[in-house]
Amino acid sequence: MSVLILAEHDGHKLKKVTRQAVTAARSWQASIHILIVGHHIAAVAQEAAGIAGVTEVIQADAAHLAHPLAEDVAGLLVEHAGHYQVILAPHTRFSKNVLPRTAALLDVAMIADVIAVTGPKSYLRPIYAGNITATVESSDTIQIVTVRASSYAAVTDDGTANIASWAVSATTPLARWLGEKRNVSDRPELATARAVVSGGRSLGSAEQFEAVLAPLAEELKAALGATRAAVDAGYAPNDLQVGQTGTVVAPELYIAVGVSGAIQHTAGMKDSKVIVAINQDPDAPIFQVADYGLVANLFEAVPALVAALRTSAPR
Amino acid sequence: MKILVAVKRVVDFNVKVRIKPDGSDVDIAGVKMGINPFDENALEEALRLKERGKASEVVAVSLGGTANQDVLRHALAMGADRAILVETEVNLQPLGVAKLLKAVVEREQPDLILLGKQAIDSDAGQAGQMLAALLGVGQGVAISAIEIWDEEIVVTREIDGGTETLALRLPAVVTADLRLNEPRYVKLPNLMMAKKKPIQTISAAELGVDASPRLTQLKVADPPPRKPGIKVGSVQELVEKLRVEAKVL
Repeated sequence: MSVLILAEHDGHKLKKVTRQAVTAARSWQASIHILIVGHHIAAVAQEAAGIAGVTEVIQADAAHLAHPLAEDVAGLLVEHAGHYQVILAPHTRFSKNVLPRTAALLDVAMIADVIAVTGPKSYLRPIYAGNITATVESSDTIQIVTVRASSYAAVTDDGTANIASWAVSATTPLARWLGEKRNVSDRPELATARAVVSGGRSLGSAEQFEAVLAPLAEELKAALGATRAAVDAGYAPNDLQVGQTGTVVAPELYIAVGVSGAIQHTAGMKDSKVIVAINQDPDAPIFQVADYGLVANLFEAVPALVAALRTSAPR
Repeated sequence: MKILVAVKRVVDFNVKVRIKPDGSDVDIAGVKMGINPFDENALEEALRLKERGKASEVVAVSLGGTANQDVLRHALAMGADRAILVETEVNLQPLGVAKLLKAVVEREQPDLILLGKQAIDSDAGQAGQMLAALLGVGQGVAISAIEIWDEEIVVTREIDGGTETLALRLPAVVTADLRLNEPRYVKLPNLMMAKKKPIQTISAAELGVDASPRLTQLKVADPPPRKPGIKVGSVQELVEKLRVEAKVL
């Protein structure tokens, strides 16, 4: 029996999260297959064949898979699932769409967002937005698993796997892909940004939120984030919300500006590598999770920080 | 068009959950509970569709013990026409939830089923997709917009680096992301009126579904704590620390 990885790619290259999923797949000490779903994906398959430890690369190539629907990909996986003990993917919007559907069709549970494989059928995963970790054991014959990529190192190249193909059925009548819109913002995406600058209700208005935080975000090439309180007050759109009910982030650098540190917010950012808090209230709970706390008026401290970053030694 | 909305009762998002002394599970005795926030977005959208004349009836359903009546009352107070409680003491996991909801869908025959994209306790994010699979219908997952056409709905959903738009044949299952809408506040008179609306109760056994868990929780633990931080005295000191000590600049 083998482990099948559902690859993430952009049509030209594998995404790094796929290489991180290969490291997770090694936990089972079984042969590792990678499935590439898409259209004109020969280059991606070639790249996957070079990954150390991968024994087989499978292409599922069809015009309608250029923008794959969950209905189609789940159907494909179910057809071949009998050959695998584990079907695994990095925990992304694509796999979160496809794999629960696959699991239900196979009548098995799915284990989502795994941060460690602790046995052939047991896993460590965060619950309550990472405030608690749970160890769970599955009783199913096929394990359907997504892994949190940042918990695993990426595998490098040192392999020569075979490349095979699966026949692809006609597309589903249940759904049609109509189009997509790519974000054109100069700022990086919140969920994957290297740095995040977040603001709370202390910013006082939508105008000040933008005027104070945007220069800092630009200087750090950071994404902008906001607390639920700031979103509720209308200072920031709700797609900026960081927290349990917003986006959960774990950047290299997280700067919380005028953020009190409610549980709902810290649950979504406390896995950041370095956390900076700037707040006038020395007793604000945000300082309990911050590596570096600065008790100061944000309207003075943030512009000073921007100026200091501009004038200090180049990176 | 009839819409079924599934709502889960979860620990309130502002509560810091604690672990039982034996480490077997989280301790939710006496903790403030409420409707799962994403399910509230799902319900809000169903109500807006009705208010725009696109839907004729909105039915809320919840699975669990008698205590779940409180989230159904909340749903009725927001404006749901009817509420159904599927009573079960089983430890429900996403596959079991999907199986029970499928049985409810078969009884109620809704054209559209709305759920939250995930529950903020187990963070599984699976029930909607699993329900769609079991019903053999299309799915729109983590949507930020929905439009009703004639025989189809059009949904916008988040993908990495942007959004995509899908047309789904009805009936379909759709799960709500936070940015779909901002749920209305429940006014006190509505809450009082909701107390008079009946909640239909069905026992899970009556539905003839095996919703038993597939996963066993072996233990729960606190994540490793962050190492204590320091306070810096000035912006200059902060930049210095970030550059030299943390090496993140």
